[in-house]
This record gives sequence, C-alpha cells and structure tokens, in this order.
Amino acid sequence: MKILVCISSVPDTTSKITFSDGDTKFNTDGVQWILNPYDEWYALVRALELKEAGGGNVTVINVGGPDNDAIIRKALAVGADDAIRVNSNVTEPFQVASQIANAAKDGGYDIIFTGKETINYNGSNIGGMVAELLDMAFVSYASKLEMSGNIATIERDIEGGKEVVEVKTPFVVSASKGLAEQRIPNMKGIMMAKRKPLNVVEEVPSEARRAIQKYILPAPKAAVKLISPDNVEELVDLLHNEAKMI
Amino acid sequence: MAVLVYIETEKGAPKRNGFEAASYAGKHAANTGNDCIALTLGEGDDAELAKLGAYGVSKVIKIDDARLNSFDSKAYAKAISEEAKVLGIHTVIFSQSANGKSIASRVAVRLQAGIVSGAVDVPDTSNGFLVKKTAFSGKAFAFINISSENKVVAIVPNSFGIHQGSGSASVEKGSVSLSDSDFSVTVKEIKKQVGDTLPLPEAELVVSAGRGMKGPENWGIIEDLAKVLGATTACSRPVADVGWRPHHEHVGQTGVAIRPNLYIAIGISGAIQHLAGVNQSKVIVVINKDPEAPFFKAADYGIVGDAFEVVPKLTEAIKKLKSA
Ligand SMILES: Cc1cc2nc3c(=O)[nH]c(=O)nc-3n(C[C@H](O)[C@H](O)[C@H](O)COP(=O)(O)OP(=O)(O)OC[C@H]3O[C@@H](n4cnc5c(N)ncnc54)[C@H](O)[C@@H]3O)c2cc1C
Ligand SMILES: Nc1ncnc2c1ncn2[C@@H]1O[C@H](COP(=O)(O)O)[C@@H](O)[C@H]1O
Repeated sequence: MKILVCISSVPDTTSKITFSDGDTKFNTDGVQWILNPYDEWYALVRALELKEAGGGNVTVINVGGPDNDAIIRKALAVGADDAIRVNSNVTEPFQVASQIANAAKDGGYDIIFTGKETINYNGSNIGGMVAELLDMAFVSYASKLEMSGNIATIERDIEGGKEVVEVKTPFVVSASKGLAEQRIPNMKGIMMAKRKPLNVVEEVPSEARRAIQKYILPAPKAAVKLISPDNVEELVDLLHNEAKMI
Repeated sequence: MAVLVYIETEKGAPKRNGFEAASYAGKHAANTGNDCIALTLGEGDDAELAKLGAYGVSKVIKIDDARLNSFDSKAYAKAISEEAKVLGIHTVIFSQSANGKSIASRVAVRLQAGIVSGAVDVPDTSNGFLVKKTAFSGKAFAFINISSENKVVAIVPNSFGIHQGSGSASVEKGSVSLSDSDFSVTVKEIKKQVGDTLPLPEAELVVSAGRGMKGPENWGIIEDLAKVLGATTACSRPVADVGWRPHHEHVGQTGVAIRPNLYIAIGISGAIQHLAGVNQSKVIVVINKDPEAPFFKAADYGIVGDAFEVVPKLTEAIKKLKSA
C-alpha cells in the first residue's frame, strides 16, 4: 500500500503568541517549530502501523521552505520512508492544498493522511480540499482505522459520538486523537533519517483567494474574583445574579 | 445576491447548530441587503424546516434524496455546490461541526471560493469581506479578507448564538440530482454517547476536572455537580490519557476546543495547552487548592480550596437555588 502523510510545521504549543509589523504578521522571534501534533502523533504513526502490517511505503509531504527540513527529518526519524517538500511559502489553504494535490496526483497513493487541523491556523481545510481536487472520498476526524483488502473501516468523531464508515481506497482521511499512540524516534531512526530521500520539488502556480489582514489578542481578563471555600453560596449567588449563568 | 446557508438536520428537523448558522447567515444577509436561503439534504419535515424563518431565512430548499440521509462529504459537497450555482449564489455559510467543516472545504474548491473556517463574527463588508476567526488554538484572532468572488464561511458553534425572531419560511424542493457515482462512503453505524446532555462542542455549561481528582473513583462529585447544572462533563488531557475518563471528554489544544457560557475547572492546573481549548468560554470558574495555579489568571471566579470539600458544598448550594 502506498501512503502519503501531509505534515505541517507549527509553533511549539507553549509559544508566546505575539505579532509584528502593525499586528499583520506572526512574530516568529524565538519561536520553536514542531511537527503538528495531529500529523506526528496520529496520522504518521497509523500510516506506519499499516505499512508494518501489510507492507508498502510511507511518504511524507510538506509545503514549505527549507526551514521545514528539520521537521521533515523528524518525520523520517519516526519512520517514514521518504519525503517530498514542495518548495513554497504559501500558507493560504487553497494554495497549500493545490500544491499537495499536484504532487500527489500521479503518485498512485492508496491513502492520503492529514492531521485534524494545524494548531496555528486551525483551518481543518486541507484534507477536504485535497480530496476534492483529486476527486476522492474524504473521511474526517478518524479515531480508528482498520484495513481489510482495499476497504477501510473508519470510526470518526462526530458531536456526541462516533460514526463508523466504510470506504474504498483511494481516499483522504484526517486524523484525530486516538488513531495511534505517539512514537518517540530512537537513535537508530534519527541516524537513518539522514540518509532517507528528501525530494524537493518546485511549486506550481496557484491562486490566493484570501489574505490575513491583521491579528489581535483576546482582551485581557479582569482579575479573578476570589471566594472563600467556606462560602460557596456567594459563588452561586454571583453566578446567578452577576454572571447570570445559572 | 442571496446568501446560502447549509443546515444540518436530524430526523428531518434542523439541528441546534443549524439555528445558529441560520441566525448568522440571516444577519449577514440583512447587513448586505440580501435574502437568506437555507439548504437541507436528505429527509426534511416541512413544518420543522419552516421554523428557520424565525432566524432570518426566507426560503428553505430541500434536496430530499434518500441517499443523502447519511453523510458523505463528496456527495454533500456536490449537491450544495450545484444548488448554489443554480441559484446564482456567491456566499455559502456552514456551521463548523464535524460534518460542516469537511464539506465546507470541498464546496470552496468546487465554487472556486476563498474560505474562512473558525469564524466567530459576521463578515465586515464595509471594505472587502473581512472575517474574524480564531487562530493559534484560541490564543489569538485573525481578520482574513476573502478576495475571490465566491466565498465560503464556517462558523464556530456557540460563537454567534441563536437569535430567534418571528416568521416562517417557505419550503421548496431543490433541482439538483445526484448519481450513484457521487457517493463514496457507506455509513455503517452511529454510536451516540449515552446521556441527555449536549455534546461538548455545543454545550453551554461544562464541568471539567483534572489530575487533582486523584483517581477515576472520585468523579462522582464531578458528575453530581454537572447533573444539578445540566452541564456536560470534560477533563484535562492526562486524565483521558491514563483512561480515568473517555477520550472524547479531553478539552484543549489537542482535544476538543469549546466555548461554553460557563466552564467550571476543578483540580486542573491551567497549562497553556489546556487553556487554548477553553479560554473562549464566557465565564470561567476555577476550583484549585493551589493559589498559584496558573488557571486563576484566566478565571472570572475562583475558590482556593480542596475540591473534595468545595464541590459537594457547591452542588448542594446550587440544588437549593434551583429548588427555591
Ligand atoms: C503538545 C502538547 C499538547 C497538549 N495538549 C493538551 C490539551 O489539549 N489539553 C490538556 O488539558 N492538556 C494538554 N497538554 C498537557 C498540559 O501541558 C498539562 O500537562 C495538563 O493540562 C495538566 O493536566 P492537569 O491540570 O489535570 O494536571 P496537573 O498539572 O497535575 O494539575 C493538577 C491540579 O490539581 C490541583 N489539585 C490537586 N489536588 C487538589 C484538590 N484536592 N483540590 C483541588 N485542586 C487540587 C493541583 O494544585 C494542580 O493545579 C498538552 C501538552 C503538550 C506538550
Ligand atoms: N504546509 C503544509 N504542508 C503539508 N501539509 C499541510 C500543510 N499545512 C497543513 N497540512 C496538512 O493539513 C492538515 C490540516 O491543516 P489545516 O487545514 O491548516 O488545519 C494538517 O494537519 C496537515 O496534515
């Protein structure tokens, strides 16, 4: 089975979020970039497990500049066989999806994995877009995926429960928590990753349909109102009469 | 040019997030001097669908093809896009539910539309089409301008609210027809969690607890509190990871992002990754025995105390209020 896993580079989850250039740009000073957790922990690991069980090949793909090679090597260290980086600085979702679809269209992939969402843009857009561009089925928020021949049984998260679906390859699937267990790369993996192929391909023209104009931070919270543990009635009163929540 | 809003239904009636999407689309349509048309897929009960009229919708179009009774992003996206083309629509609105998000992206491709998902307010059309969305997992907001002629917006549940007015919408059948090859997945089963509270992404009241509870056997007091409030329960990540609570209760950056009206956090330290998923709650109450717990900085009300003593007292006090 040929599997493609889309991986993105995101600010570390503890990053302080600040903006520059009149709040039009994310300030990347001192920001540590990591593999998007959904891509690394769930999508990539489930892809590797499928390969280990049934044979095949796992390729990772990233749309980004040379700075992203570090996170791509990390994915190779976790166990991917090879990597594609589409050399581009686009971040607009349709443009990113266009690059992935173009690179994937002749690859004969049976499954294309994405993460549920990136933790910086939180679009949840790329998977559906790639599926539409390649005219494939798309199953979002998979928390369980089993293959039997060319048929996958997938459990996906929906509000208040799970939906179980069946889909034939080829398809696109986005990974949410539970799909697999995070793997920490070992020394051997890290050494081997250095020799694995990382193919850089040039971007194709794509049209930007939206642009970020500015960022703002949420208004700071007023100081907390502390209530004595011996007077929970006061909290109930505040929630009832002041906040009007109960 | 009319605004189209896709409405999710259950047993033929709009879901709760559908009323919110209708309110949002209705407001946007009113702001721009347009009509708001709603679209439903699969079986639809005309009397129930007509109720969307009270939320700003003038007309409901239903494509009541029985094959659309179960969800398939490919077929759904085709049906919505084709109907939008027939109607000459340029703007399509979705609720950012599990299903809504996956079709919105596909519809955007089909309509060559710029898309903003994660929207939390109606578009500002005074100079372009500027949409406010969440970014950096709730740690910031971005304003994004859609420049293409066609536009798709998906709104975060509970961000705009349900705004009920009066009126009733007409219900018509749509003109789009699908072929079997448009369908690509087969739904085998839907497993609903037991319980009668709202699912987390839609919940208005949430009671959440963390490692401070010491063990799963102690969750009774959390459930009792949630019960008197009619709240949904949630938890921090480590609690779900070790199996004290089910995975679907995990909120935060790598779990479910929520924005209830009231979030009560018990025995949770308030790590940045936890806050990322809950800091858009309207009111936050923190109960923690450590006065230095970072969560107090994000809280509106706080009690520094032992959860095992405070929570049962709180439950009793709320019971008293409710029975007064
Ligand atoms: C990449 C990444 C992603 C992550 N994503 C998430 C996420 O999505 N969601 C999430 O929650 N975490 C996430 N985390 C983990 C996060 O960093 C914290 O470790 C976690 O939130 C801590 O959970 P906790 O507050 O329950 O436990 P702890 O940090 O152990 O805190 C327990 C709290 O309980 C209090 N306490 C103890 N006993 C009592 C008592 N008797 N009464 C009252 N209070 C008491 C303590 O004072 C303490 O503040 C992520 C971490 C990483 C690295
Ligand atoms: N630049 C990128 N290169 C490769 N894959 C990406 C990129 N950006 C996003 N993705 C994939 O798309 C998923 C969803 O991203 P998003 O739509 O931005 O929330 C991520 O989890 C990745 O799997």
